[in-house]
Amino acid sequence: MEGFKTLLYKECLRFWKVGFQTVLSPVLNAVLYLLIFGHVLKDHVEPYPGVSYTAFLVPGLVMMTVLQNAFANSSSSLIQSKITGNIVFVLLPPISYREFYSAYVIASVLRGAACGLGVLLVSLPFVSFRIAEPAWIVAFTLLGGAFLGSLGVIAGIWAEKFDQLAAFQNFLIMPLTMLSGVFYSIHSLPAFWQGVSHFNPFFFMIDGFRYGFFGVADVSPWTSIAVVSACFAVLAVVTLKMLERGYKLRG
Amino acid sequence: MTPAIRIAGVTKRFRSLQALAGIDLEVSQGEFFGLLGPNGAGKTTLISSLAGLSRPDSGTLEVMGHDVVRDYRAARLALGVVPQELVFDPFFSVREILRLQSGYFGLKHNDDWIDEILDNLDLTPKANANMRMLSGGMKRRVLVAQALVHRPPVIVLDEPTAGVDVELRQGLWQFIRKLNQDGHTIVLTTHYLEEAETLCGRIAMLKTGRIVALDTTANLLKRFSSHALRVTLAARVALPPMLAAKVTKEEGEVLEFGFERFDEVADILAGLKSAGGSIADMALGTPDMEQVFVGIMNQN
Repeated sequence: MEGFKTLLYKECLRFWKVGFQTVLSPVLNAVLYLLIFGHVLKDHVEPYPGVSYTAFLVPGLVMMTVLQNAFANSSSSLIQSKITGNIVFVLLPPISYREFYSAYVIASVLRGAACGLGVLLVSLPFVSFRIAEPAWIVAFTLLGGAFLGSLGVIAGIWAEKFDQLAAFQNFLIMPLTMLSGVFYSIHSLPAFWQGVSHFNPFFFMIDGFRYGFFGVADVSPWTSIAVVSACFAVLAVVTLKMLERGYKLRG
Repeated sequence: MTPAIRIAGVTKRFRSLQALAGIDLEVSQGEFFGLLGPNGAGKTTLISSLAGLSRPDSGTLEVMGHDVVRDYRAARLALGVVPQELVFDPFFSVREILRLQSGYFGLKHNDDWIDEILDNLDLTPKANANMRMLSGGMKRRVLVAQALVHRPPVIVLDEPTAGVDVELRQGLWQFIRKLNQDGHTIVLTTHYLEEAETLCGRIAMLKTGRIVALDTTANLLKRFSSHALRVTLAARVALPPMLAAKVTKEEGEVLEFGFERFDEVADILAGLKSAGGSIADMALGTPDMEQVFVGIMNQN
């Protein structure tokens, strides 16, 4: 247990030591999105009755930041350790693959949550809303962060160079988060694209998270939590199997 | 007594390369053991298998009686590995690294021992320096320190002195010898054969994934190397057959004679004199591990 706790502590310390890059930059990015899109669209779009576009945008940006940074944390830590070779320091000690997985995923959730909280706090001067059901916010932060943290573990282990990891991030994670309803309600899409959106697990993470703020969403939060939980469970099993086999780590 | 290391029937193949082709080996507790072999012989693969960094295709490996797969926690607690590559984590200071490494091995309050290791490796002044700020030699010492944080009874050093200056090398060996005297089992791989000869009580030589020699250092030296008398003659002379049989090397006027006992030297010199040879220069050579190594590698 001490090994797990130390690895978790080290993973958190790692991103905290470079906080400008790992926390403040993503917060600034999200706030720029908020200022630009909010300013351009606030008078044109009212996604839900009584909910301004800027207010609608904030939970989407918060969750997008949580997801992208949860992925970035585990994936970048692992690929850096692999490329520099210092991964041996966590492979030599008596740390089980389950402890290894848990430490990397929990650290990812914490980084995602820290960044998300930062976006939320910086957004407060621009919008006012009351939080309808905070339990959903917490649930989707934890599950969404863990899903992306797990995906980051897979990407970090699979990728052999930074270029491959960048491809994973830019051609998979980025489009799936951007096209998940961060900037729009899927009800504004043509029927075909609404249908397509239902195959994107990121849509359910954002939609369920947003429900926690407004008590209204495109689909039921129970549907969203079921989809996200199932996706996370599958991904967790795949990642744990990879780690158990020592895929690309214990050759 | 349980052997410090027991390796039985270990094989490992990387695609078309048979890295380990059936290794059987036991290292007793308290030994200073050398693992020698040319590049690609399988030394690092064997160490990686022992440390759980690589999974063998067949066979078993145990550290202090603990199977490295089934009982990996106990096996890893008993083993400290100094990796060959000069790797480090650029995010942390030396002390942070050692505290983290202690934590990975389940040790919470380990600062007294960390201070002792830092002191023994002359790292105390650099304890709070970031790893990026250290020289190559300093980084190498931190690698040794990391392998020792959990006081493992078995310590494996994979080419620890590659590219290290003489002063550090001597300091390092002094410390490792002390650990060995305190009861730690040491397994060393090195390309510096004189180091292996001086330090190791027993040596295994690997070639293409097989052990091609395994004996005490003294026996290896006796079996595969001899004393040599190197004589430079003023001019070449014809040698009597008895003397010619003792010649192991011949380069112009320089002749090298092999012998077992020192009283043979007088016979060789007398033989040269009676053959009319005039000695311009002379030197005695002792058996060395390089001869043994070259001899064994050429045999196999």
